[in-house]
Amino acid sequence: MTETTGGVELDEEMSGVIKKFMFVNRKAPYGTIYALEGLEVVLISAAFDQDVSLVFLDDGIYQLVKGQHTKAIDVKNFSPTYRALEGYDIEKLYVEKESLEARNLTVDNLIVPVEVLTSAEMAALMTEQDVVISF
Amino acid sequence: MLHIVNKSPSERNTLDSCLRMSGKGSAVLLIEDGVYGATKGNIAEGKIKEALKDRSVYALWPDLEARGMQDAVIEGVKLVDYGGFVDLVAEHNNAQSWL
Amino acid sequence: MSFELNGKTYETDEEGYLINLSEWNEDVAKYLAAEEKVDLSDNHWEVINFLREYYNDYQIAPAVRVLTKAIGKKLGPEKGSSKYLYELFPYGPAKQACKIAGLPKPTGCI
Repeated sequence: MTETTGGVELDEEMSGVIKKFMFVNRKAPYGTIYALEGLEVVLISAAFDQDVSLVFLDDGIYQLVKGQHTKAIDVKNFSPTYRALEGYDIEKLYVEKESLEARNLTVDNLIVPVEVLTSAEMAALMTEQDVVISF
Repeated sequence: MLHIVNKSPSERNTLDSCLRMSGKGSAVLLIEDGVYGATKGNIAEGKIKEALKDRSVYALWPDLEARGMQDAVIEGVKLVDYGGFVDLVAEHNNAQSWL
Repeated sequence: MSFELNGKTYETDEEGYLINLSEWNEDVAKYLAAEEKVDLSDNHWEVINFLREYYNDYQIAPAVRVLTKAIGKKLGPEKGSSKYLYELFPYGPAKQACKIAGLPKPTGCI
């Protein structure tokens, strides 16, 4: 069946093709707005049924640390929202091994299950994406 | 893959992470304050030279010139103008602008 | 924007969503439902309470697709359909139910 919108035919590009999207998070959670904005973009991207991966590098790993309590700085603690990603069918979360170790953290310190990749594995994964967006 | 870096290596770790996560055969383009990374004696010189062994490194000429760094470019770093920037984006299958 | 209820003033945004989530109570829900012309039944309350729990757990209001799936899991497959939820909240389960539940507008709700 051919769908039309205002006389413009929806080609495959718009209706069927699934692209690989990678969102790269490199900033700590509360010092700048990047982490929260990035998370919102990821949640919105879920509506488009694309192949989404989330990557956490450098200080971006601090976004996932367990035990965040933000009441005293009067900012919303958005760390529980990462646990909602599974319900949004966003299940590919990757963390760079080198960044994790440089911060004396292990996967046990993180609030969601992640796959740990070396920087070489991360490089390979980035290369195969259609779109890479940094936050 | 094309990696674009616009931050100075002496202020941020962006170039460092980009070089760690760019694979063999990929290209790195330095623009804006990122061009300081393409100059001799800068903090990242060693890593740039190492990267040049298995990938291409480019620097945006107008940004180098604007900062008076045009005569200090590390050997092997290729210079591009805005047209060359567009060509690089077009000829790679994907690109990442590091923040 | 704001409204008054039982002698207290409640701030809302321009679309009528409660600004301060902690001010919500059942009377506020009833008031907001009346504004939306929704008659609250037990089935409505089930969804409203589910949304409040979801927000408490994840700090976001779920997208419709996510809400439908999660409701189905928790309350049974016959309730986990957008048809069921739209019958309860004709102007959109996420939009209308979230407003009555005192949650912000769902992220990604276009």
